[in-house]
Order: sequence, then structure tokens, then C-alpha cells
Amino acid sequence: MIHSLFLINNAGDLFLEKHWKSVISRSICDYFFEAREKAVEPDNVPPVIRTPHHYLINIYREKIFFVSVIQTEVPPLFVIEFLHRVAETFQDYFGECSETTIKDNVVIVYELLEEMLDNGFPLATESNILKELIRPPTILRSMVNTITGSSNVGETLPTGQLSNIPWRRAGVKYTNNEAYFDVVEEIDAILDKSGTTVFAEIQGVIDACVKLSGMPDLTLSFMNPRLLDDVSFHPCVRYKRWESERVISFIPPDGNFQLMSYHISAQNLVAIPIYVKQNISFFETGSSGRLDITVGPKQTMGKTVECLVVTVHMPKVVLSANLSATQGTYNYDPVTKILLWDIGKLNPQKLPNLKGSLSLQSGAPKPEENPSLNIDLKIQQFAISGLKVNRLDMYGEKYKPFKGVKYVTKAGKFQVRT
Amino acid sequence: MSASSAFSDDKAGSASEPEYGHDPASGGIFSSDYKRHDDLKEMLDSNKDSLKLEAMKRIVAMIARGKNTSDLFPAVVKNVACKNIEVKKLVYVYLVRYAEEQQDLALLSISTFQRGLKDPNQLIRASALRVLSSIRVTIIVPIMMLAIKEAASDMSPYVRKTAAHAIPKLHSLDPEQKDQLIEVIEKLLADKTTLVAGSVVMAFEEVCPDRIDLIHKNYRKLCNLLIDVEEWGQVVIINMLTRYARTQFLNPNINESLLEDSSEKAFYASDDEEDEDKKAEAAALVKRKPYVMDPDHRLLLRNTKPLLQSRNAAVVMAVAQLYFHLAPKAEVGIIAKALVRLMRSHSEVQYVVLQNVATMTIKRRGMFEPYLKSFYIRSTDPTQIKILKLEVLTNLANETNISTILREFQTYIKSMDKDFVAASIQAIGRCATNIGEVRDTCLNGLVQLLSNRDELVVAESVVVIKKLLQMQPEQHSDIIKHMAKLIDNIQVPMARASILWLIGEYCEHVPKIAPDVLRKMAKTFTNEEDIVKLQIINLAAKLYLTNSKQTKLLTQYVLNLAKYDQNYDIRDRARFIRQLIVPTDKSGALSKYAKKLFLALKPAPVLESPFKDRDHFQLGSLSHLLNAKAGGYQELPEWPESAPDPSVRNVEVKDSIPDWSKCTSRKDRKEKKLDKPFYSDSEGDSGPTESADSESDSGSGSESASASDESGSGSESEESGEETESEKEEEDEEKEKKRKKRLDKTKAKKPAEESAERCAIHTSYQINTFSHFAQTPVSKQPPKQSKKESKKETQEMSLLDLDDFEPTPTSAPVTPVNFLSSSLVSDLEGLSLTDTILAPTTIAPSGSIKMYELLHRITGEGLAVEYCFSRQPFSPDPNMVAVQIQFTNNTNSETKNLHIEEPRLQSGMRIREFAEIEVLAAGESVTVVMGIDFCDSTQAANFQLCTHTRKFFVSIQPPVGELMTPVFLTENDFKKEQGKLMGMNEISEKLTLGEKCVNEHVIVERVTATANLSRVPCGSDKECRFAGKTVSSGCLVLVTVTTKEGGRAQLTVNCEKMVIGTMLVKDIMQALSQ
Repeated sequence: MIHSLFLINNAGDLFLEKHWKSVISRSICDYFFEAREKAVEPDNVPPVIRTPHHYLINIYREKIFFVSVIQTEVPPLFVIEFLHRVAETFQDYFGECSETTIKDNVVIVYELLEEMLDNGFPLATESNILKELIRPPTILRSMVNTITGSSNVGETLPTGQLSNIPWRRAGVKYTNNEAYFDVVEEIDAILDKSGTTVFAEIQGVIDACVKLSGMPDLTLSFMNPRLLDDVSFHPCVRYKRWESERVISFIPPDGNFQLMSYHISAQNLVAIPIYVKQNISFFETGSSGRLDITVGPKQTMGKTVECLVVTVHMPKVVLSANLSATQGTYNYDPVTKILLWDIGKLNPQKLPNLKGSLSLQSGAPKPEENPSLNIDLKIQQFAISGLKVNRLDMYGEKYKPFKGVKYVTKAGKFQVRT
Repeated sequence: MSASSAFSDDKAGSASEPEYGHDPASGGIFSSDYKRHDDLKEMLDSNKDSLKLEAMKRIVAMIARGKNTSDLFPAVVKNVACKNIEVKKLVYVYLVRYAEEQQDLALLSISTFQRGLKDPNQLIRASALRVLSSIRVTIIVPIMMLAIKEAASDMSPYVRKTAAHAIPKLHSLDPEQKDQLIEVIEKLLADKTTLVAGSVVMAFEEVCPDRIDLIHKNYRKLCNLLIDVEEWGQVVIINMLTRYARTQFLNPNINESLLEDSSEKAFYASDDEEDEDKKAEAAALVKRKPYVMDPDHRLLLRNTKPLLQSRNAAVVMAVAQLYFHLAPKAEVGIIAKALVRLMRSHSEVQYVVLQNVATMTIKRRGMFEPYLKSFYIRSTDPTQIKILKLEVLTNLANETNISTILREFQTYIKSMDKDFVAASIQAIGRCATNIGEVRDTCLNGLVQLLSNRDELVVAESVVVIKKLLQMQPEQHSDIIKHMAKLIDNIQVPMARASILWLIGEYCEHVPKIAPDVLRKMAKTFTNEEDIVKLQIINLAAKLYLTNSKQTKLLTQYVLNLAKYDQNYDIRDRARFIRQLIVPTDKSGALSKYAKKLFLALKPAPVLESPFKDRDHFQLGSLSHLLNAKAGGYQELPEWPESAPDPSVRNVEVKDSIPDWSKCTSRKDRKEKKLDKPFYSDSEGDSGPTESADSESDSGSGSESASASDESGSGSESEESGEETESEKEEEDEEKEKKRKKRLDKTKAKKPAEESAERCAIHTSYQINTFSHFAQTPVSKQPPKQSKKESKKETQEMSLLDLDDFEPTPTSAPVTPVNFLSSSLVSDLEGLSLTDTILAPTTIAPSGSIKMYELLHRITGEGLAVEYCFSRQPFSPDPNMVAVQIQFTNNTNSETKNLHIEEPRLQSGMRIREFAEIEVLAAGESVTVVMGIDFCDSTQAANFQLCTHTRKFFVSIQPPVGELMTPVFLTENDFKKEQGKLMGMNEISEKLTLGEKCVNEHVIVERVTATANLSRVPCGSDKECRFAGKTVSSGCLVLVTVTTKEGGRAQLTVNCEKMVIGTMLVKDIMQALSQ
């Protein structure tokens, strides 16, 4: 299936190649470079590129293009999903997935790639299994390794691969047994000029950090499971139990993982925590414009809105901005044409306001379009959908684990049209 | 890549060195290439692992950067047998990369892998096979073939999985091996483990995707395993099953699709055609029988549905396409939600999903209508995503939602992204052509756009307006006038050409303006683009025909200019038109019709989606995405006219011994099995007179039917026979005789028939067993016991010598085999087992006892070891599970000092070894019993098995059902205990009973075969209850199977240990649904 993989950075340097079958010359990437050039923005490179004898399927992540070469029919999503899994594995191993970390850990990267695919077909992609095979680098270990000459390849063979719960490694032991769950909800919304909601929905995920000894069997139940419109689960979750009882029953992988993601669609009336009053206008004459933005709380259920950031992609003709903010700081980057207003905490008594003038390129016609505003925000200890975890029970092990649930609401793709 | 190209690579590599030498560590290194490599060679030759490791790390880093290190091959390959695991792994990486170029040297490493293939550790066997098969050296094809064949029958599913992975590798190396490989695939397809399923289907798809016949027998199994297969395997299996289902089942939408077709045709076709269609359709409908879905078709749909909830986008897409291609129309809708969910994922995923959604929305618009807003576009989306979303929105537009969609489009037109704006305008055009009601509104909107400041927007609008105007030109002469004015400002060639075409086409509507436009264009003719020039000629010609007075000279002028144009198309066109329109003496008949030719009524263009008709490619495939066939694409077959025979998918219930047992000394094993009379109590007394019995019985005529038949009829007679004690006894004897006879027959059969025969016999054993069990155990105890006692005395005195014999109240007559001295065991094997069967409350395991392989004859160098869970209480320690181990010495010499060493156990696990076997003579077998406390987990117990010469690593992993021991409960006790284990401790599942589970007896038999439980008496015949407790901690395990109408049933397991409970449910479900 997947023949070869090339990693290419944003500048067009090919810095890693790996072949799972016969070697394919790196000149194949010329087709990719051609498409890359044509696309201008890296986002716009078509994920599938056709060449005379091969197909290139690529993803763009963390400023790196993962370009895979395939030769025959294969579901494109299969490859795309796998490449993302590779990137996630790197992130998991090295803390971040960047050109530098990959170059620094090139041997581990190579060993990982070797284990993840066999003859181009995925072999071991579960992080728990991989970590048994190849230990992630830590500062301590790399020091010990250089002194003692021991290796970062696991001595034990991965038994998880053989069991029917491949996501969990065997023989896990902790002195502190703990299980934490983060319920993270993101509001995706489009508001129109007048502030009415064009479209809104909530995308939630439950991230888990489970450090429990042995083979715990967990059951997580919600106060209001009917809220959830559509769900998808980590393979460890027993789907049948969810279908019949609406509880999440699972034997967790060890460490961090995403337990589930869910979707609450527009029908359920998504609460919009803030409102935005804005007026951006450009004058016919004088090459200038005016900007006035005010943000205020709307439906916050008594919680404070934090980390509020407003981003505006200005038209190309806007040269500079001369504004004053009652709260927070603003910054206009004349190269990328992005106006960023970092407000911070939203004070309901004294609404933050950004006001001032914009200067345009002289002689250029007044821009037709008005830029839209992208909002970023965060509300701690609060899930906007009202979802609540009822309880977490553990079976199969005797100790008492420490349990915790945290809620947070964020803005996802939250856009105000002007 | 061949060696020669590798050489050129080498050169290229060293030439481009400095360019890639960003890394400070390597930058210096490669300027002085070869010297540095000498360093590495030295390090590799040293005897310090740390130096070797360092060298290998550097080499791998070089490979990763695409540098050529092939000159190090001899130095590296030497280290293939290095003890250090990391060095070894890196050497493997190197070897796989360069073996193809250095074929001869690569052969040096082969023996290491061949040794690895025989390693007792399954993971080492697997990795040896993996590397061996990855070395692309043609000479070793036979070795690979052998290794794959061997591994395909390995007892470890992981090794079998690796074998499946190796198949496509070998196939691509040497396609001539195809036939042999198909045999291996066929064998592996029959494998029942989830680990293997995905990999072997992958191999199937690469090697022989057209051999759909191999799937028949495994279809149901694959459907049932699907949910537990790893995600990548799921994708491959689902795609393959989609194709399979298209060849085997009928179109569930057969009736709808007929209606659909006709209504679609009616849209374009004339009235009488439509009538004919209707008639044909009516006739077709009459012919059709009412559609009934094949249960197997339903099974596939049902078992794939939960996977829509997978976190893996590829799996979701695979299920979605399966539903799109296979499900009845009414059910396809469920996939929409899942696909919409994927839209939140990475932009590449969105891209692919949107492409597929776009295709789906053409066929089934209603499905995505509720999710319209999810396709709204954000200014931050990448352009390619925006355009695809626009496509979907356009496809979804209908009379009811068009106003919201148009409002949305209006905001898009203001976007900064010009490509996107152009696409939006086209989308508006398409909405206008498709939905008549909004045509005027759209047209007005577009006309407004003509005054837009951005030329691209205007140009795009012109092109779209032109298409719209063609539909009803007479009402819109003012728009045409307006556009004529635009020609002065618009520079985009396509737009200019469009305007010119419009004016030419409708010159009657603008008789005053048209000649003037031509005048202007004649002036600028030489500076225009080619498409504009062609349209100028066109306009000139049309005007000449309608208004020759004013335009004759202009036309002549334009044609003259065109005559000397650089482009031959234009010269050509000019010549052609001149001949046609300007009457000369030579001009033929054609010029008479010039006006008709040029000003004929032209049909309005149909604006349609580029995704129309893409659904003839399997959705989700690469070919669909590219809208062109990719290499290796398997065409999605059309539905068959009539369904092929569904019975091909029927699978006979085979014995539970996994496939791999067959290859290991089939004959021996079989004989052993027959020697071991597990089955019934009458066995013992008939022993000496066996042959006589069977001969005298041979009169019963119908018995000469085939063995499998007999077993079937046997089970029936058994049911009735169970009613009274006496009848039962008779029945048993009868049974026994039958068995004997069959046995004799079997011996005479050809080996090829043996395996089938064995299955049959097994089934009948199981039935026998069950009949014992079904009796009320307590009442039965005394007579049996006495009978057994007498047997013992008369026949085998030695049994009484058993030293440790400890009768317990419930299992008094049990004779634990482990305490027999080894020499006795072989003699007494049969009898001792027979005895165990008599234990009244113990469920006689008989045929359901699975023999597991502990050590293969080959890996054990002649020593074969098998084990089974004898289900006897282990008397030295009641918390241990008894494991009966049978050693067979297949060598020509004695094996001495068989014992266990170094158990490596999970915490809490304990093991009680069997006494050392001092001597095992050549060809002899011996059976011992050991105890393992598994701590109520299915973790394997690992230990070393030692002989006087060798040590073997082995492990025993218990099925969950063997971790329990039967408990006798009354109905009331059962209910009471069950009451205590409600809530979280109760797991309840609905299931459909397998075809063979026709009655209570079969259910009881299946359940007890799966788990070591005893039956609890029960008043209702709809319910079967079983009780047991876990061996180690004594937790109660209660199982209830309630049967309902139509083969449905409910399985309830109550157990404090959740994990055990869940695993047990799974096992029993599987047993019952087979």
C-alpha cells in the first residue's frame, strides 16, 4: 500500500525518507513541489497528486509535509489517517512534531516507522504497543544510555500485540493510581453582521489521562447522556453498552488518550457566550477606514470568559492600524495583514473596546469586502452544553483510584461576519 | 531498483551531498566520505556493543537522509546475529534497505533468520519471518515460500498474521508463486482470530482479489469478527465485503431504482417515450418478486453499523460507502451524521470526505439536507475545501432551501478569495438553471455583479449570465444591451468571448448595437486572444447574414485580418466562413442554408455537477477521488439479476481444533484422540469385547451412511433418549456401539477423509457428553459410582495404587492423572480418562476438550507437547486450574529429565510443577498434570520446559471459560445469588442463535463446552442456567440463556469480576451464534 514516505519542510527541503518496499527515487517529489508552488498556500496543496506511475498522498502538519508514495488503488483516507497517526506518534514521543525534533531523534523516528508499517500495511499503530517496543526518549534515559551503552529498544517483546486488548500494555504498575478526564467543548459558530446565529454547534472531546495498575475496567456515566447527538469512540469503548445503557464502559489504554468525541448539533440551541458589536468601514476617499469593536458577555452562566482573542484578516490594501484598546493589547502585522487583539479576561462591568482608524494604500480602490472576525475564548470549569459526568466506577482491581473530571469550554471555529 | 541504478544513485548522492548536509554532525562527515566509512567499519568490527550501536545509529541516520551507504554492507551484515536487540533491529533496517542491491552478500544473513523461524518465542519467529520476507532477493523465493507455509500453520496467531503480511511481499517478488500463495491465503482465511483476519484479507486483495469463491465459507465469520479487528484491517475487509456483496446479493432498491430511472428519464425525454417507459417499467415490476433481503446481506449491514462510531476516518468512510452501495434506500441515511462529523477533522480528511459527499448528494440529496448548515463556509477554510463545500451546497439546493442558500452565497461573493468568488458565481448559475423559481432573482443578482469592481467577478458573471440567458433570451434584451456596453472594460478573454457570442446569437434583439460592437472589435482584432478572435469572426458572420447592408464591409475586413492570422485555427475558420456566407459563383448548395446553420436554435447548456456519474467508482476509493481508474482498482460489480446460491456460505460446524493442528502429524494426533475415550461410561466395560460388539451391531442397516450424517441423526435420538434413565443407558450403549463401528470404519478410511471424519466424530462425542450432563447429577451419582468402582477392581487394579487420591465430596470418583506414575499413564490413559467422565457433577469435557499445542514437534526437536484443561479440580491446591500435559517423544532416542524451570509469571500467579519425568522413551507418550493459579485472569503463564539437553520457552494462556469450576446451586439459590449481582455486575446481551442451536440441548452443550460450568435445574424450558465460580478467588459466575421466538436469545452473565464476565459473554456469544 504505502510505498515510501518523504518528509519535506516548509522551505521545500526533503529531510527524511523511508521506503517500505523497493526504493523510489526522491525525484518523485518534483511533482509535489510543482503542486506546492501552484497552490501558493500550503493548505491548498491537493491531498492527492497524480504522477505518471505513482500517486502522492500528502498531509500538511506542524509545518511539515508528509508525502507518501503509493502505486495502486487504496482508499485515500486510509493513507491520510495513517499519516496523521504517524504525526501524532511523533508528538507523543518527542513532545512536539517538528523538523528539529525529528532530525534530533532520527533513529527513533526510523525505528518507529519501521514498526508502524510492514510492506506498506499498518502493523502497530497503538501508542501503548509502540512504547513497549521503542521507549520514548527522556533526558535521563539518553544520559544513562550514553554512559551504560544500553538502548532505547525495549528488551521485552510487546505482549500487547498478541492480546485481544491491543491498546493496553500488560503489567502496568503505579504507586499512585489516578484517572483524570477532561471534558473539552468547542463552539463552532457563524454569526452574521447583526449578531444572529447563522450556524452553531458544539464539538466535544473527552481526553483521559489514566494511570492505573493492572487491568482496570472503568465505567463512566453521564447525568444527561441524551444530549449527545453523535459520538465516536476510542476502540477500547464497548459500543454495545453505550447503545443499550448509554454508559461508557472500557478497559483504558495506559497514559493519555482521547476517550471519545461527540457532537451536539444546532437543533439543541447552542448557547453563545459572548456578543460582538463591530463596525469596520472604509471611506471612498482619503485611503482610510474606521474600526470599532466591542465585546460583551451573553450567555456565560455566571462564569468568566478568559483568554479572549479577536483576530481579523484585513484586506490587502490596509497598510497600518492606529487604534486604541480599553483593555488588552492589539497588534497589526502589515505582512500577513492580521490584526490580533488580545483581551484576556472579559470584565462584564467594563466592556472591552477597540477603536481607531485604518490607513489604506493610497490610490487603491476601497476594498469591496469586509473582513470577518475570528474569536478565541475559554471558560474554565464549565461545559457549555451542560454535559455532566455522573460517576466513574472501576472494576477488576482492588485498589481505590484517585479520580478527577475537569470541564472547559473553548471557541472552535467561531466566526463573526461583517 | 536494480544494481546499476543504485550505482548511479551513488554518484548522484555524493554529488548532492553538501546540499543536504545541514546536520552539523553529518556535514563534516560526508565531505570525506570514504575515510569516515572506514571509521564506521572499524566500529562495526569491534566487539563492544555500544560502538556497534553508535555506528549503526549513524548509518541509519544516513539512510534516513537518503545517503548511500551500500559500501558498508559486508561490515553491517556480519552483525545480523548480534545479541544486542537494538543493534539487531538497526541491522535489519539496513538489510531490508540494501539487500536488493547486494543480493549475494544478503544471502549470508539468511541462515540467521531461518534459525529465528524455529525459535520457541513467537515474537522472534514473527520478526524473523518479517525480515526474511522483506529481503527482496529472488534466490530465496523457495525459502520464503516454505517459511510462509510453515508460519501459516504456526500456533501463534501473531506469527500467522506475519505470514499473511509476507504473502504480498512474495507475490510481488515472484508472481509465479501465485497458485501456492492462494492456497496459503485460503488456509489463513479460515483462521478464526481477529489478529489474522485483516492481514489475510489484505493479502487476498493484493494477490487474488477476483477469487471471490474463497470468501464464501468465511463470509459470516468475517462479518462477526469485524468489530474486533484492528482498524486498518477493518477498512480492507469492509471494502472487500462490499464487492463481495455486490456479486452475491440482490439489489435492495430494485423496485425503487426502477421508479427512479423512469422519473429521471421523464425529465429529458419526450412524452411518448415516457409512456413507453412506464409500460416497460410496469412490466418489469410485475416480473419482480417482492424483494426479501438475504440474511447474510442483513448481517453485513448490521455488523458494520457500529463502526460508524470509529475514531478512524477511514473506517467511517469505508462503512459509509458500504451503506451507500449496499443498503436499502431507507437505511442509507444513517451514514450522513457520521460523515458530517468527519468534517471537523483535518483538512485533508475533509477534502476526501467532501468529494464523496458531493457524489452522494447527487444520488441521494435528502440524506444530507438536515445537515445543510454544516457545509457553510468559513473565511478561514482552505480554498479547495471552500469549493467542495460550495459544490455540496449547490447539490443540496431545492425549492425549499434555495432562499437560505442564496443568502449564504451572497456573503461568499464578498470574500477576499477570488477563486472562491468565481466558484460561488458559477454555483449561483447552477442553482438558477436547476430551480426555475429563482432564475430571475439569480439573474438580477448576477447583473448587479456586472458593476463589481473586480474584473474576475464580472467576467465570471458574464459567462454565467450568458448560459442563463440562453434559456429565455427574448425577455432579456436589456441585459444583453448592458453587457454589450461592458465590452469596452472587460479584459478577461472568456468574458469578452461570451459577450460577443451573446450579441451575435441574439443580434435581432439588439439590432442597433450589434454592428457597432463589431466595428469596435474589428479595430482591436489583432490584439485579441484567440477565443475572442473566433467569436469576432462568428459575430461578423451572423451579422452579415442578418444585416448585410451595414456590416458587409466590416465582415470582409475581419475575414481578411483573420486570413493572415498566426493561428491556423483562425485562418481555417475564416476561410470556411467566407465560403459559406459570401455568395460566389462557385459556392455550393450549402450557402443557401448558411442562415439556418448559423442561427439555428441552440439548446441551452445543462449546468451540471462535475461529480455526476462518479458513483460508478466505489466511493472512498482513490479512483473515485481522481475520477479515473487507478492501478489495481477492482471494479464494483453490478448487482446480479438473480441471487447466486446462498448456501455456499453455509459452514458445517467443525471441530474446535484450530487449523494448525492438522499439519502436525495428523495421523498421530488422530490416533491419540481415538485412543482417548473421553466420551461415555459404557466405554469402560465394553473395552475387551469391543470388536465383537461392533461387529454384532453392524446389522443396523442405515448406519452405513456417512459419518456426518450419523452424528446428525445421533443428536436427534439423543434428545429423546434423555427422558428416562433406563432409556438413556440403552441409548448410550447404542451410541457407543455406533461409535465403535465408526471408529473401525474410520481407521479404514483414506487419510484425506480423516479430518472430515474427525469433525463428525467430535460432534457426536459432544452430544454424548451432554447427555450425561443433562441428567440430574445428584440422583445419578450412586449407581454410577458403584459401577465404576467395580470396573476398576476387575480391570485395572493399578488404579487403586494412586497415592494422593483424595476423594472430595462433590468429585469423589475423580482420579487425578498427575499422580499416576509415568509408566502407568500410557497404559491407563484411556481408562483414567474414562473414569473422570463419571464424576457426576463435573461436566465431562469429552470432545469439547481442546488440545492446545505447547511445543511443536519441529521446534521441540522431536518432542511434541500438548496440553488441555482437563476441568478436574486440582487436588493439591483447589485454587489452581489443572492443566493436563501430554509429552510425545517423536525422536529415536530417549528424552530425559523433563521438568519445568524458571516460571515467569504475572504477580499473584502461581504454578505447581509436575514431578520430573525421568525418562521418556523414543516413540512414547506420557501425560502429567500441573496446576496453575491464573489469578482469574487470562494472562499467559510463561515458563521453560527443560529436557536433559534443551530448554524451551513456552506459555499457557487459558480461555476464560477454563478459569472457573462448576458449582451446584438450586434454582432458588441461583435466583438469590443473581439478585446480589445486579447492576454493574450484570452483563446482558441479545444474540441470534446459530442455525445449529436448534434446541436447549445444543445450547447447554455449547455453553458447557465454552466454560466449565454446571447446569442449574430450571422450571422453564425457555431458560438455561449455569453456575460456577472462578477457581482462584471463588467469585460466583452465573449464566442465563433465555431463548425467544425466531432464534433470538438473551444471554445474561452475573459475575463480580467484570472482566471475566465480559470475556465470558463474548465467548459464549460466539459459541452460540455459530
